[in-house]
Amino acid sequence: MVAARSERSHRAPHSRALGLRFSLLAGLSILLLVVDHRDNHLDTVRKAIGATVYPLRVVVDAPVSTWRWISETTTSRSDLQSENDRLNIERLLTHARLQQFAALEAENSRLLAMLDATKRVRNQVRVAKIMSVSSDPFQHDLVIDKGSRDGVYNGQAMINDQGVIGQVVETGLLSSRGILISDPDHALPIELNRNGLRTVALGTGKHDELNLPFLPNNADIEVDDLLVTSGLGGAFPPGYPVATITSVIRNPQEPFAEVTAQPIASLDQVRELMLIWNDAGETDSEESEDE
Amino acid sequence: MSKDRASRRLPILLCIVASLMLTIAPVPDWAEVYRPDWVPLTLIYWSMLLPRTYSIGWAWVIGLIVDVAQGTLFGQHALALVLIIYIAVKFHLQIRVFPMLQMTATVFALIALYQFILFWINGVAGINAPAVTYWGPVVTGTLIWPLLSVIYGNIRYSASARS
Repeated sequence: MVAARSERSHRAPHSRALGLRFSLLAGLSILLLVVDHRDNHLDTVRKAIGATVYPLRVVVDAPVSTWRWISETTTSRSDLQSENDRLNIERLLTHARLQQFAALEAENSRLLAMLDATKRVRNQVRVAKIMSVSSDPFQHDLVIDKGSRDGVYNGQAMINDQGVIGQVVETGLLSSRGILISDPDHALPIELNRNGLRTVALGTGKHDELNLPFLPNNADIEVDDLLVTSGLGGAFPPGYPVATITSVIRNPQEPFAEVTAQPIASLDQVRELMLIWNDAGETDSEESEDE
Repeated sequence: MSKDRASRRLPILLCIVASLMLTIAPVPDWAEVYRPDWVPLTLIYWSMLLPRTYSIGWAWVIGLIVDVAQGTLFGQHALALVLIIYIAVKFHLQIRVFPMLQMTATVFALIALYQFILFWINGVAGINAPAVTYWGPVVTGTLIWPLLSVIYGNIRYSASARS
């Protein structure tokens, strides 16, 4: 306890300096809070600190990825064979569907050309892996292993093979943070696939529910209608499936109908996702950030 | 002397890094709410024992790292950590001679204060979350404190025995 004794002898100046340092650091924190809440001026600082957290994330992710690697390398031959068969069938089916699609696409572009409209751009897509998901149940965000080094930008759309998942809100050098469409802070411009009715889908904080609060009672909307991105916010390219309507409650006393939808992509089960480079939307991606 | 200090510091730094890793480690959805506040617990322990080395400066820097790792408002965890570590350092002579029960009660109060500050800043910023997300870590953090302090105590003795 030599340390304790030496501390006691220096206690008075030490504790005075402590109080001073405390008020300095607390004031600095409050300043940071205010600046961060008002604007996003601190992105570079966040990026710098995020780079120090990156190795920690890799280490934390290591047991999970090792386990996946082990289970992948030790699957039995019959399992692999049956998976191969399944994938082959799937490939045939998608190919068959794609043949039709190619014809449709050609027809569509012919029609668009007749109307003098610009051709639809095919978006560039890249696969990213999810490194971690948020520890806060009311903040649905995740960290992916692609950053500004790979060309990721704020507001970029994230999809998987089923539908839209979310968008990037914060890009680091090697990793970025995205929020899911079910995050209570997220709003997504959508349209009904059936009739092109446009509205906005808000996250609710539940993985399997979106809220469509701005539809009037007489809106032409039914259960099982498919919602796709409208592309109007600029961040998301148009035409990607988002959700299906699960319930429509029309209360004559209320100005708006209560409409809920279920996201098509199972948001709590994603492990890999795809980032879309939306060439049209890149310029005004800043506007699409909510808050 | 400096080599001595380095060998004594390394285990403590590893404890802090481990607490950060436990904070970002993925757990099932139902367990998220009950994840103990590893970082404040660790910092309380070491700042209480070695207040000249691990004081509020460390708490602030680590708080900023937690903010970035969890994507919260920049400065939120930093402010909460600085405040509770300030209290822990200010009263370290009293707290570290407390019997275990009393010390656990003190830790309960500190963690509750920590969560209250997070809750308060979220409230001002307009972020709502159910109360259990704030109370869960307080309860589990308090329950785990006796075990954690025994583990850290062992680390401390083995580190000082080696040097």
